[in-house]
Amino acid sequence: MALAPAIRTIEALQERPALARLLAWKPAAVEAAVLDREELTLILERSGLREACAILEADPATRFDFLSDLTCVDRYPGEPRFEVVYHLLSLPRKERVRLKVRVPGDDPNLESVTSVWPAANYFEREVFDLFGVRFAGHPYLRRLLMPEDWQGHPLRKDYPVEGYR
Amino acid sequence: MAHLTPTPVLEAGQDRTMILNMGPQHPSTHGVLRLILEIDGENVVRMMPDIGYLHTGIEKTCEAKFYQQVVPLTDRIDYLCPLTNNLCYVLAVEKLLGLEIPPRAQWMRVLLNELTRINSHLVWLGTHAMDIGALSVFLYCFREREDVLRLFEMVSGQRMMTSYFRVGGLALEPPLGFFERVKQFADRFPEKVDEYEDLLTGNRIWLNRTQGVGKLSREDAIALGATGPTARASGVDWDLRRDLPYSSYEKFQFQVPVSQDGDVFARYILRVQELRESNQIVQQALAGMPEGPVKAAAPKVVLPDREKMKTQMEALIYHFKIVTEGFPVPEGEVYQAIESPRGEMGYYVVSDGTAKPYRVHMRSPSYANLQALAKMCEGRLIADVVAAIGSIDIVLGEIDR
Repeated sequence: MALAPAIRTIEALQERPALARLLAWKPAAVEAAVLDREELTLILERSGLREACAILEADPATRFDFLSDLTCVDRYPGEPRFEVVYHLLSLPRKERVRLKVRVPGDDPNLESVTSVWPAANYFEREVFDLFGVRFAGHPYLRRLLMPEDWQGHPLRKDYPVEGYR
Repeated sequence: MAHLTPTPVLEAGQDRTMILNMGPQHPSTHGVLRLILEIDGENVVRMMPDIGYLHTGIEKTCEAKFYQQVVPLTDRIDYLCPLTNNLCYVLAVEKLLGLEIPPRAQWMRVLLNELTRINSHLVWLGTHAMDIGALSVFLYCFREREDVLRLFEMVSGQRMMTSYFRVGGLALEPPLGFFERVKQFADRFPEKVDEYEDLLTGNRIWLNRTQGVGKLSREDAIALGATGPTARASGVDWDLRRDLPYSSYEKFQFQVPVSQDGDVFARYILRVQELRESNQIVQQALAGMPEGPVKAAAPKVVLPDREKMKTQMEALIYHFKIVTEGFPVPEGEVYQAIESPRGEMGYYVVSDGTAKPYRVHMRSPSYANLQALAKMCEGRLIADVVAAIGSIDIVLGEIDR
């Protein structure tokens, strides 16, 4: 089974409910859209993230009521360095979508989505702990898996696998 | 949301509450969960789980391994359902590669996954009942669990860390006599479930300890990311095997039990029903097991048979190359979720086109379910905390990774 080529333009994908809804809200909010391996990825602009999430969560046409996963990818030494990745699931419509926000390495700050999905609480704490991305508006942004006095963020690509000696 | 109020740094003594530390070595915390409880007399005012005692950096380790070398690591995340984790990971990599898996391998995966679910639920039932005080149930459950582990040993050579699924299929054709042994087990298992139910379902003490305890509403379950039996007991009618099927689950008939009560007893009843449903799926998989190969026809990804390796030059070269340099995976990213015994197990794998994953993230069901624990316990008695922890079926290896 050969892989179908990925679709990488917003125009070709604007029928998709999640993308259509966000374009109707603010066309500038979506920087790019990719359909690869039957998974839709929307790359969002950083400042509009929380509002976009609130719309996708509440609108009956999208209704992404469940946050499956939230994590981060470090593209070091590329810039913008971090990609924060949200996997949303719509229970009534049985559909998934992936949201991505690019965050620069010298200013790793982002809005928290805990007010939209309380489930984001632990996931954002984990991303803060292991990548050092800060979430503004998070109710309790402290280290989760590593000890409180740990130096550095282990899942960053410039952090050695065996740790600093 | 009350559980999201700031300043959860619990400080004692402003008024009448005190801090009680529970764990990480408490026998009812299923490993190394630490709970910080703020209590007023015997009532829990606030609770904060403290995790990370088992953090081993598996996600970081994955980035330094070849794709096929990650499979044994996935076993070690959740030591009660290794095959479920194997399956989720290999499905993600197969999706990245665009591999087609032969039907026999897919059905074997379903069969073994349901046996894993039975195994995991049996350990859960035994330990959960023991936490609440019904010590003998443990012995009954482990009797059948031993049978399941023998089946795993027969098929993979290992009782717990099986690593039986490979990218592209299975490690080996199941051995002779395996299906007969599974059939024997599946035929006598329902009456064993009756035995557990005889011990617990109508038991007055059990009912008093579980009914109405650890309540979680449907809205809270969805908002807090709960999945699996924990969410289904609260009325969330959602099962990935049925709603977003994978590995040919769409060819199987089974019921998804759902309850509206949202208490510890509902979660117990649901899991017992799931034991029976899983057994049904095992029976169907045995009856309809297709013939054919158990590995995909992808010589650059799947290791060749020993026979071919010793007689064909080409197979020898492929074997050497896969073992020494792995196989490159086309650039891309995939999120693959499956229904583990605890809920939605998801693997997010990012490839940069090389033979090692750029990033592997595991979305573990216990991790999200643990967030719902505070909601279940606040305002209840300390003794109910133990019942609630058991009822969400946490595995700390999976939470801390």
